Amino acid sequence: MAERIRVNLRDIINKEERLAPGHRLCAGCAEPVIVRQILLAIDDPVVVSTATGCLEVSTTVYPYTSWRVPWIHSAFENAATTLSGIEAAYKALRRTGKIPQDKEIKLIAFGGDGASYDIGLQFISGALERGHRIVYVCLNNEAYMNTGIQRSSATPRGASTTTSPAGKVIPGKVQWRKPFTHIMAAHDIPYVAQAAPHNYRDLMRKVKKAISVDGPAVLNILAPCPRGWRHPSDQTMAISKLAADTCYWPLYEIDHGKVIVNYKPRNKVPVAEWLKAQGRFRHLFQPANAWLLEEIQAKVDEEWERLLKEEANS
Amino acid sequence: MSAQGWQTVSSVLPPGRYFLQGDEACAEGAIAAGCNFYAGYPITPASEVMERIARRFQELEGRVFVQMEDEIGSIAAVIGASWAGAKAMTATSGPGFSLMLENLGYAIMTETPLVLVDIQRAGPSTGQATRPAQGDVFQARWGASGDYEVIVLAPWSVADMYWQTIRAFNLAEQFRVPVIILGDEGIGHLRERVDILPEVRVYNRLKEQGKPPFGGQLVPPMPAFGEGAKLLVTGSTHDPWGYRRTADSRVQAELVDRLSRKITERREEIVQAEAFFCDDDPELLLVAYGFTARSAYRAARELRMQGVRAGLLRLATLWPIPEKTIREKAACARHVLVPEMNRGQLLREIQRIVPHAKGYNKTNGEVITPGEIIGAVREKIG
Repeated sequence: MAERIRVNLRDIINKEERLAPGHRLCAGCAEPVIVRQILLAIDDPVVVSTATGCLEVSTTVYPYTSWRVPWIHSAFENAATTLSGIEAAYKALRRTGKIPQDKEIKLIAFGGDGASYDIGLQFISGALERGHRIVYVCLNNEAYMNTGIQRSSATPRGASTTTSPAGKVIPGKVQWRKPFTHIMAAHDIPYVAQAAPHNYRDLMRKVKKAISVDGPAVLNILAPCPRGWRHPSDQTMAISKLAADTCYWPLYEIDHGKVIVNYKPRNKVPVAEWLKAQGRFRHLFQPANAWLLEEIQAKVDEEWERLLKEEANS
Repeated sequence: MSAQGWQTVSSVLPPGRYFLQGDEACAEGAIAAGCNFYAGYPITPASEVMERIARRFQELEGRVFVQMEDEIGSIAAVIGASWAGAKAMTATSGPGFSLMLENLGYAIMTETPLVLVDIQRAGPSTGQATRPAQGDVFQARWGASGDYEVIVLAPWSVADMYWQTIRAFNLAEQFRVPVIILGDEGIGHLRERVDILPEVRVYNRLKEQGKPPFGGQLVPPMPAFGEGAKLLVTGSTHDPWGYRRTADSRVQAELVDRLSRKITERREEIVQAEAFFCDDDPELLLVAYGFTARSAYRAARELRMQGVRAGLLRLATLWPIPEKTIREKAACARHVLVPEMNRGQLLREIQRIVPHAKGYNKTNGEVITPGEIIGAVREKIG
């Protein structure tokens, strides 16, 4: 077992922010908070690649950029692939002595859930299989927020979006979300984790772990979105916390195959509390949709129990 | 099963006057034409087509909307749906269109009717997602591999978007080809009046069985899967019954020849262009399409008021190019000007027909104004 990684608040506040303020992400958006937590957790030089999405467009509004690190935006689907090329090139440069052998450069890809769960899935998979030493971060706000709140395969069942509008015919999105974190773990890469921004110690510790392993790592991070989730912009962290307290979004990691659940709420809150806080689920509280509410609770329970079993068995 | 060939059907939207966005009118046109399958993926400035479909299909019987994982999936699903007998459509913008090109080639080769809407934005690549452009004229014409002909329509108003979408479905069904609607952000996001008429003329594909589905006549019949015909569908070179003949030079030559001829031999049924202020053989002819044609219309009118005998030829089809009309209208014009929101893509084709045509081009993500066209006329033509 590696030595325990600690996150010290005093260290963090004295460090230079590598995502500068002044970006145009919405008030209450979780994404810049998460990106800052990630960059503050890393001491080495960093290269960032971002997929198309809110983070990309809002941090680079002409004539400014918020990135105090080298930054590349590729197409929607291949942030991980572009980063693969950067990683492989650095490897060659190290081998030929163009950069020092011991020079550590951390490579981080950021994609939204659309870029990760949907259009980019095969490209992330390819990068993981090839074994590049990169960290892929999914900033998961559970829909295509940048283009106007269309459903993605990360959108939870029951959520109303512009392409899964709740009404008389359907009660929001019909399908369950895709098990992305497990799909990533199935690649048998050294490190996969799920995190959320309200628990910054947990998140930053996971970043430190992810950059230290010898191979690819994936972080799937819940990113509440006031516009798309329809919640007040000052509720972002509360909703992030509720997601963990209801076990809708378990904080866990899979470290070299070992499953560790990092947070087990003493009192598991009913998922309805989390849903109630968001306008995208408002219709679920009409009497006609009570069955769906029950189904969602049952699914959360089932997934939580399965995760605990996986932890016990690993 | 719906009746085959030309039919007159009632409008789905109650007839009357509507105030719609271009993207919404596209969705309504598709619904009116009988589109019962839509697969798509979010992209600015085309997302509203999908959003309208997502909502409207819920209200209507027997129509399926699927949001796919990317644009490749979108057009692939549309192709599958078309072979299942559906009238199918997808909408996207430049970068998504790029992803669709492999399957566009497949649809051409397998003679699969479908409608592909490209609401153009400023490129290359991600470019300017919210800004208009007309940079995909060549991507629409030559984007897929190999030799082929395509049908590309270019609406210039919200109402035109509605009617052109209906026409796109009819042409796709008549000719068994993918039909591309080349809109632009200007038209896609414009809101204006649309008059919905009580009836719509639609064409449903011919499905006659017992005849080869990939040959024997210029446009062979197309039975759907599950209707009894033995169907083999492949993007590899195939004989009239669909059997793969990937080493047979005669079959390849005949197939590619027919795929082109079914459009070139019936070109005059497909091409459409509207002439304005052209009754007195104008000395100056503007040739324009899409949003730019609106500015050209205004420019022609103002030039007339200034004493210049100006006319406008508005192209409704870009490919095939309305060659005869262009030649006729330009016959007496000393000057021909082609304003475009690109670096002169259609101009090259116009110059093939009218060598002295000149271009006015703009690629800054802003529409071309009437004043700019008038300025260009004064500067280039004197």
